[in-house]
Amino acid sequence: MSDLLYSEEEEALRAAVRDLLTDHCDTTSVLARAESDAPHDPALWKTLADGMGLAGLLVPEDRGGQGATHREAAVVLEELGRAVAPVPYLTSAVVATEALLACAEGGDLLDGLASGRVIGALAVGLHTAPGAAFAAVRADGGALHGELTGIADAAVADVLLVPADDGGLYAVTADAVTVTPQTSLDLTRPLARVTLDAAQGRRVGDAEPAVRRALRAGAGLLASEQLGVAEWALTETVRYLKDRKQFNRPVGGFQALKHRLAQLWLEVVNLRAAARAAADALATGEDTDVSVTVAQAYAAPVAVRAAEEALQLHGGLGMTWEHPVHLRLKRAKADSIAYGTTGAHREALADLVDLRAP
Amino acid sequence: MTDADELRRRTQELLAAHPPAETDRLDFLRARFDAGLAWVHFPEGLGGLGLPRSLQAVVDAELEAAGAPDNDPRRIGIGLGMAAPTILQYGTDEQKTRFLRPLWTGEEVWCQLFSEPGAGSDLAALGTRAVREGDTWTVNGQKVWTSSAHLARWAILIARTDPDVPKHRGITYFVCDMTDPGVEVRPLRQITGEAEFNEVFLTDVRIPDAHRLGGTGDGWRVAQTTLNNERVAIGGMRLPREGGMIGPVAKTWRERPELRTHDLHQRLLKLWVDAEVARLTGERLRQQLVAGQPGPEGAGMKLAFARLNQEISGLEVELRGEEGLLYDDWTMRRPELVDFTGRDAGYRYLRSKGNSIEGGTSEVLLNIVAERVLGLPVEPRTDKDVAWKDLAR
Repeated sequence: MSDLLYSEEEEALRAAVRDLLTDHCDTTSVLARAESDAPHDPALWKTLADGMGLAGLLVPEDRGGQGATHREAAVVLEELGRAVAPVPYLTSAVVATEALLACAEGGDLLDGLASGRVIGALAVGLHTAPGAAFAAVRADGGALHGELTGIADAAVADVLLVPADDGGLYAVTADAVTVTPQTSLDLTRPLARVTLDAAQGRRVGDAEPAVRRALRAGAGLLASEQLGVAEWALTETVRYLKDRKQFNRPVGGFQALKHRLAQLWLEVVNLRAAARAAADALATGEDTDVSVTVAQAYAAPVAVRAAEEALQLHGGLGMTWEHPVHLRLKRAKADSIAYGTTGAHREALADLVDLRAP
Repeated sequence: MTDADELRRRTQELLAAHPPAETDRLDFLRARFDAGLAWVHFPEGLGGLGLPRSLQAVVDAELEAAGAPDNDPRRIGIGLGMAAPTILQYGTDEQKTRFLRPLWTGEEVWCQLFSEPGAGSDLAALGTRAVREGDTWTVNGQKVWTSSAHLARWAILIARTDPDVPKHRGITYFVCDMTDPGVEVRPLRQITGEAEFNEVFLTDVRIPDAHRLGGTGDGWRVAQTTLNNERVAIGGMRLPREGGMIGPVAKTWRERPELRTHDLHQRLLKLWVDAEVARLTGERLRQQLVAGQPGPEGAGMKLAFARLNQEISGLEVELRGEEGLLYDDWTMRRPELVDFTGRDAGYRYLRSKGNSIEGGTSEVLLNIVAERVLGLPVEPRTDKDVAWKDLAR
């Protein structure tokens, strides 16, 4: 049975990341940045990735990384989710990194990604579920032609990993393509359109297995990010409702609200177990497909509901641009589509556990 | 020699002196109790050796390997799980010596006389009266939802001894002799057709003051020991995937493709995921307990399983279509144990309705989570400073 707890080292890692985010990722600055032309926070990324060495957690030591596991990366993502930190951790340090780990070539790139000095993005739409079909560009000799949309964090990527119609996965540097930001629901994980017009790329491996592996890891660890979002929403709402008074009493004393929050707490507790199981299964390679799929089939409704409840229970305050709850709602809703919807994961489960459709 | 080695030695000594194959079951259990190997965390002389509870596993493993009989703990769960810890904590030396040995061996079955028709979630409002004359209490009232009452030799009983003070302060805790002529036990038939529980009518039941547990008026505090141990007993079991109620419905789904519809498929997959996640939560809780870091998560497990059992069994009845219109057996029976797996989907559907009521309703448990885990304000208490006799009823 998988280990569903947090080790002492994992708790220490959490504390370090949380301290950093408390000091350098406050709501006001995240919000101000989200409205600017540069929604990402390069200074925060440099500290996390380079300073703390967290970009290389999934990369073995002999390939330039930290040789840690998905369990530690999941803890980092819980904290980044709480803060909706605008850094390309999931996309570069997890998804692009996993894609390269599945490739025969591209060791130099992996080294760069592991150090955090190079940011990578897998050029597959964020909505794509593991195992689902994905768009590929046309490979014509050494040149790539085409347009890919919904590529998360492409705006800050130094290198894009692009699937082509010859079955290859190509590494293409950002200066060889045109990246056009798309106005995105999630302000803190913006999408972009990537246009390749005879772009020169280097084939690093086969696209299908690399994309599959990358998306599975992304989906599995996304559950930890969703846990972080949900936990923030619950904690903040409980704190607010203890303090907020109407009808001469704390609003949190009304049983209708107490029951809703207790119910939400139960779901967050469940999500923690599911997310830990997925992270542990990715780390050990045991029962990975079912664990990841279960976590993704469970996580999205909980994170979305937590953010929606937070908004509703903050009353009018929750509807304001100034209050941080909308950043979590937008992240939670976008996460419910990222790497496959709940429904897509349930359908995948039908095959995995032999509960076939009529 | 470590405690574990010493326990193994003592267990082998017991087995040598009383070879299970040649020893009467009860004689063996009594000898095991007297050797301090019944519950090693109990004190010496009362079936234990004052050792950590975790070491019981050492004894149990040795005895199981030797084919020794056990005390059928499921049959005497109320005695072991609720009466015994309360007697141990609050009983006099005479009470401990008199009650614990036959309780543990199962010679004397125990039941619990707590709930009343007028005191369910608000147990402390109970109205069964106990009046003292000299060294004897006379008890009158009605109890309900009593498992094993028709088999029990003894009951743990809480009754009102002072109606003139607020409800929590006027309760006293007793051991009640179920063979007293004033005790009448009637089966309480449930919506499933059977009667797992009883109603117990108490008419001028005589209880010697020597059978009081704890101080007069201190019964509510004593009852907390009983109820806390009830909560410890729930949960903590390890389930395999599809180990709960989802198992039979998944099996039916696989074996009976003609029953499948798209709507049922979506609902089944959702419940399968919910059941698997609840199982993982239970496993995580178990790992926390083993690691010595118990979390508040246990408070939620009963809530989660009540909802899951109800939804899954409801789906199962529907999935069975024409068969779902039938019921296996409405015969009034008095089962000693509840068995969810031995019966049809219709039985599971009906029986699981009780899961959100028994042992604390889901509504009360949500309050407990909100107040004790999340720290939200407690419910307004209009009954706190009101004498019991003046409460609305």
